[in-house]
Amino acid sequence: MELDSVMLSQLLTASTLIFHVIFATLGVGVPIMIAIAEFLGIKRNDSHYLLLARRWARGYTITVAVGVVTGTAIGLQLALLWPSFMQVAGQVIALPLFMETFAFFFEAIFLGIYLYTWDRFKNRWLHWLLTIPIMIGSTLSAFFITTVNAFMNQPQGFEIVDGKTVNIDPIAAMFNPATPSKVFHVVMSSYMTSAFILAAITAFIILRKKGTDYHKKALRLTMVAGFIFAAGTAFAGDLSAKFLADYQPEKLAAAEWHFETEQNADLIIFGTINEDGEVSNEIRLPGVLSFLAGNSFDTEVIGLNEFPEDEQPPLWIHYMFDLMVIIGMYSLFIAGIFIVFIFMKRFNEWNKPLLWGIVASGPLAMLAIEFGWIFAEVGRQPWILRGLMTVDQASTTSGDVGIALAMFLLLYGVLGTFCVTVLIKMFKNKPPEAELERRFPK
Amino acid sequence: MSLELIGITVLWIFLYGYLIVASIDFGAGFFAYYARVSKQEHIMSQLINRYLSPVWEVTNVFFVFFFVGLIGFFPDTAYYFGTALLIPGSVGIILLAIRGAFYAFGNYGSKNSTFFLFLYGATGLLIPAALSTALTISEGGFLDVSDNNVVFLAKELFTSPYSWSVVVLAIVSVLYISASFLTYYADRAEDMESRGIMRKFSLLWSAPTIVASLMVFVALREHNPEHFQNAIDIWWMFGLSLVFFMIATFLVYQKKMFGIGFIMVMLQFFFAFFGYGASHLPYILYPYITIEGSVVNETMGTALVVVFIAGLLLLIPSLYLLMRLFLFDADYIKGKK
Ligand code: HDD
Ligand code: HEM
Ligand code: HEM
Repeated sequence: MELDSVMLSQLLTASTLIFHVIFATLGVGVPIMIAIAEFLGIKRNDSHYLLLARRWARGYTITVAVGVVTGTAIGLQLALLWPSFMQVAGQVIALPLFMETFAFFFEAIFLGIYLYTWDRFKNRWLHWLLTIPIMIGSTLSAFFITTVNAFMNQPQGFEIVDGKTVNIDPIAAMFNPATPSKVFHVVMSSYMTSAFILAAITAFIILRKKGTDYHKKALRLTMVAGFIFAAGTAFAGDLSAKFLADYQPEKLAAAEWHFETEQNADLIIFGTINEDGEVSNEIRLPGVLSFLAGNSFDTEVIGLNEFPEDEQPPLWIHYMFDLMVIIGMYSLFIAGIFIVFIFMKRFNEWNKPLLWGIVASGPLAMLAIEFGWIFAEVGRQPWILRGLMTVDQASTTSGDVGIALAMFLLLYGVLGTFCVTVLIKMFKNKPPEAELERRFPK
Repeated sequence: MSLELIGITVLWIFLYGYLIVASIDFGAGFFAYYARVSKQEHIMSQLINRYLSPVWEVTNVFFVFFFVGLIGFFPDTAYYFGTALLIPGSVGIILLAIRGAFYAFGNYGSKNSTFFLFLYGATGLLIPAALSTALTISEGGFLDVSDNNVVFLAKELFTSPYSWSVVVLAIVSVLYISASFLTYYADRAEDMESRGIMRKFSLLWSAPTIVASLMVFVALREHNPEHFQNAIDIWWMFGLSLVFFMIATFLVYQKKMFGIGFIMVMLQFFFAFFGYGASHLPYILYPYITIEGSVVNETMGTALVVVFIAGLLLLIPSLYLLMRLFLFDADYIKGKK
């Protein structure tokens, strides 16, 4: 591995996105949870849910701030680090990037209003209505940015004649074959992850301090929501795999260590691989890969050997894929158990092992987001625009990327540390019980 | 109007919007810090917080809109500026990031941290300085373009009188715009003590603003005579700017009509900024990028304009709502809500 400006640019892009996506994911998902909690609170006239919405919203302001500043960083870095890519792509895919800024605007305005008008409306439903533009704004920003990423995987809507981009169709570029499954999966996994993160925090407090009714309601709410979103995520993930089998077979093949084109292909879970492409220590599910790719064991799955060596993605993305899927299954399982226990009086849903399992599910879900993205992005290598432009053709020629990388890593370290300490302080100093009495005196 | 002219006008309007709202925000950081160290905090920080808290994120979006739009309408700018601005751009982003994040940390999280407030105040002056280098570079003379390679001449930038005159103007303007706005805001809040302090500041920074603008003109004549000549050809724009400046200062001095006074300040900067922009044309980056030569293809350009109009229809009512609730609602400003 050589640390030239291409490699450094990749590292810097990857670090920024890996950091940004933590906050972006919460930015997309948490408004949904706030809206649900406030809705229940008003509907049932239950101050617990109202307080829940309020406290979540307060924590959310902190994560949004970091999301906004790191998002601004990645927006500029795309132009600074990949000038040739932006020059070409800008001709075709500028539209969703531009629309995204409107979505940000829309969300930022209503978030500002929402946070400072808790007690200003006589009719509480008016305040709840403000969550709708926030949810629309944040989910739309995820939609728009994901279409850009989908375009990098399936570029279309233009032609290149004599080095010039012509016959441009921005709508076709946005709605390329990768868009539907990708958007669906990204949005669902953001909702899911936010629900599990909130659940994990609540479960942790219950374990530590014997939660009150307030905490129990919060956990039930987040677990039910988490279960639904996790099911949606798994379904969308299945669609994504089928999409890959049809349109981007090299990515799926590299992720599955699948070398020969064949029917009834096996699914390989974990394992190790040597230089000759021999797999050992794996768990092998016969025929399941074909099923994943096309809902039938006879589906022919294209193998990696069909592609020239210099167009094959690195094989280690296999682990990224497996970890993501396993975490998806785990989340579904743990939320499922909790819900079953709620309804079966025989079991106690507040038992310690189960609660610890929920505590783990939050960070795990966030890891799944990271693994999923790393899989999707590294699996696109060596292309930046699949089939058209490779990564090393696109990068900046500046010799200063190393310095920039060091500065940004330091920045993310500082921001991350402060963000966590501020959040912890914020909630420790103001326990919900005290706040409940102050805001909703009996 | 041609596509490229529509595009650059839209972007320039947004950059002007950012100039105003961000200056208020940047300057407010400085004043908040000043109030803390001069032990007048109890008076001013309340006022500043009431305005800033609901709007800081919106301010940031103005900036994002500008650079995303610039790359959208004029993709070639990504190529040149992208290579040239890696370091100044990164420094700018990092400062913006520190500022935004620590504002939120300080404001919603641990109150009363003087350290957070210091970061917030200091970055408020450093960011305009860093961002203004993009405008300086656009005058040409700081890039070395050979076949397929753009090299940024950092040393030239640091030793150029023009570059420094722009930095000074940026900082002074930020303080002046911010003080004028906060004077008006304090007046609405009927907070006489804060109004007194801010009024003094806006008078204090008024003359330096004009001196700094003149310095920029002098330096520009040396640095880019062609641009200077274009500016002289539309001297009336700058003349109007000066007239509005005088009205604004007069009103503030007379303690009259602070609202109109602030609008005059906005007009002062409007004419100066658009005069500067108009005389800069047709170049975006002298002498490499012109608006005609770098404009995006027509299909995309039209799509962007359509989206822009649709977007405005959505934004204007929302912004109006935001301003009504937080800027023009006298009870809110006074702290009763
Ligand atoms: C909580 C997070 C999470 C969970 C539990 C899952 N995924 Fe996922 N996955 C993502 C979060 C994610 C992601 C971060 O959202 C990615 C990255 C890029 C993308 O489009 O979505 C992704 C990408 C991604 C891709 C690549 C899409 C592409 O590159 O075009 C496939 C094939 C799957 N996933 C399949 C699955 C399957 C079969 C799952 C079984 C449960 C699963 N994912 C669970
Ligand atoms: C937010 C979640 C994302 C994460 C965690 C992520 C992660 C990564 C990683 C790890 C790389 C480096 C790949 C390598 O060096 O092998 C990369 C590259 C890149 N990503 Fe993403 N990515 C994300 C989303 C996006 C989106 C939505 C876009 C589209 C706008 C995008 C655009 C790019 C570009 C232009 C590169 C550089 C070219 C390349 O190395 O392929 N990324 N990203
Ligand atoms: C899966 C990938 C991504 C998702 C889901 C996502 C989502 C978000 C969200 C929700 C926010 C705003 C936080 C808020 O206002 O609530 C945000 C901020 C931002 N994101 Fe991302 N983002 C992703 C990747 C990217 C990429 C690749 C870019 C670069 C083009 C980008 C550009 C931005 C910008 C510029 C902001 C700041 C907006 C502002 O100032 O309000 N994001 N992102």
